[in-house]
Amino acid sequence: MCNCGSKDVLTPQIGVVTEIRTETSDVKTFRIEKPEGGKVFDFMPGQCAMLSAPGMGEAIFSITSSPTTKDYMEFSIKRCGEITEYLHAIEVGQQIAIRGPYGKSFPVTTEALKHKDLIFIAGGIGLAPLHSVIDYMLANRDDYGSIDVVYGARSKEDFVDYKELSEVWPKEKNTKVHLTIDKAQEGWTGNVGFVPQFLKDLKFTPDKTVLLCGPPIMIKLCLAALIEMGFAKTQVYTTLEFRMKCGVGKCGRCNVGNKYVCKDGPVFRCDEIDELPDEY
Amino acid sequence: MLKINKAKWAELFAALSAQGTLYLPAEVDGKVDFTVWQDGTEVNLQATQTAKSIKNVFFPQIENLLDFKTDGLKLSVEQRMLPEEDTIAFGVRGCDVCSFEVLDKVFLKEPVDAFYKARREHCTIVSLACSAPDETCFCDTFAIDATNPGGDVTTWLVGDDLFWQANTDKGKELTEKIQALLAEGDEAGVNAQQKATKEIMAKLPLADFKIDPKIPAEQEKVFNSAIWKQLSDSCLSCCACTYVCPTCHCYDVRDFEIDNKVERFRCWDSCMCKDFTKMAAVNPRVSRLERFRQRYMHKLVYFPENNEGTFACVGCGRCLQKCPVSLNIVKVAKALGVAKDV
Repeated sequence: MCNCGSKDVLTPQIGVVTEIRTETSDVKTFRIEKPEGGKVFDFMPGQCAMLSAPGMGEAIFSITSSPTTKDYMEFSIKRCGEITEYLHAIEVGQQIAIRGPYGKSFPVTTEALKHKDLIFIAGGIGLAPLHSVIDYMLANRDDYGSIDVVYGARSKEDFVDYKELSEVWPKEKNTKVHLTIDKAQEGWTGNVGFVPQFLKDLKFTPDKTVLLCGPPIMIKLCLAALIEMGFAKTQVYTTLEFRMKCGVGKCGRCNVGNKYVCKDGPVFRCDEIDELPDEY
Repeated sequence: MLKINKAKWAELFAALSAQGTLYLPAEVDGKVDFTVWQDGTEVNLQATQTAKSIKNVFFPQIENLLDFKTDGLKLSVEQRMLPEEDTIAFGVRGCDVCSFEVLDKVFLKEPVDAFYKARREHCTIVSLACSAPDETCFCDTFAIDATNPGGDVTTWLVGDDLFWQANTDKGKELTEKIQALLAEGDEAGVNAQQKATKEIMAKLPLADFKIDPKIPAEQEKVFNSAIWKQLSDSCLSCCACTYVCPTCHCYDVRDFEIDNKVERFRCWDSCMCKDFTKMAAVNPRVSRLERFRQRYMHKLVYFPENNEGTFACVGCGRCLQKCPVSLNIVKVAKALGVAKDV
């Protein structure tokens, strides 16, 4: 007797890659839909999905597109390990195994973010999860206050979604984009320097709410800069990164303190992170 | 209460085996471990502790979850059938019976693990009361009654008689199937044994071992204590403690390519292994100290915090018996009782 109707939590669904955009030398954006069309599953901004490289295994990625996009999901993925190497080699039309959504989203539907003036701070591929939130908010523009996007990359060529950053977002109501690159280069007239100093130079008033995402060292330094500027940790949301296998709080891999990053995170408020043992 | 004399055990095991795959403690390669009963199996109901726990009946050391098939750009996923085999876990001691409740809190919590759930539902647990607890036993620390171990059926081995008491509907159903082999028994022998066992337990080396209830509240101090270095210095990271532990449940999911298809399997893993948390760029727990600390903090602090005070330990004592450098949860918990001040 077949009991294949009883789907296990680790069993993925099939999606198909319908578009691949090369963003930078090591970042590509993958559009994934159901083979028959439409989104594989619904999610909220900040949530993640497990993507499979059959034969190599699975890895967890934050979803880059906004839930308000009805027909597909997108993932901006940096090539940095085995699974991402596989993904960077696939072509449009490749079917892929995907499961999710996993984790807690940014609290976009609660008073924590609604009607607040917001600063998005991203470094490198850290824009990926924030991109979903920004597009979600722009699609529901009246529910949120001012939006400032502060984004740093190694060079002009390393900005993910540069066209959107330079041409689309700045034209939205009450929305500003502030870009910085690590080292001066020809043809770049914008800011040069690291994000933490850039934040201080921008002189944000500490009445705003911050969503911060990037490499761990950048998160730590930006948080220190924000605190120096008068922000409280309760005003800052960020995401943690840990190795994961199950995505549902069972395999033990992403356990930190009494939290599992896969299900209790990846989004945490910075004061919540303070309560965790310092091993992230 | 019912009973069955030793002379009829062979018939009993055959009758139980007809109801489902029968796992019981037996002599296997010079040690006592749970094995599938068949004619000729050297059953051992005297040994207090099997080498490994019986968690693999529900959470196998390796199990295939699904298969991928590729055809050009096309990919298909076929999940393995959920297990439907009826099983009987016979001769399970009280500590191991309680370990299933710990594992349930992980695998049956939403979202439910369908493979674990199917195995759990298809299994009838026949427990066996302890009468000669080992020096390494400390189930009493967790308020587990080794003399009345529960499960679907409880049994007591008194002399040459195995006393039998069904506890649940599942247990009653199994009892009905083998009713013809069972005779009416007198509880006096069982009661006397329980009393005698409790007297032995009160004199065990770990009889007074209690886990300091203040540890969770002082976990920051405990986490940062210098004692971890001292404790973890001798650890070999062999992970033996994890594999013999009835409550350890960390797992890995991996792919294996065979005959042009890919099988995805799950296997036991250990948070003590070096690569457990290693990502492409960083490893948050790069030192042995951090990994060692994680295992014990999880069992003694984090797990209880998330599960109404239930520790991820049942006092079976296997880690005391198996660790090649004599580290174990008792030593760690005792050290932590004072660690908050070190």
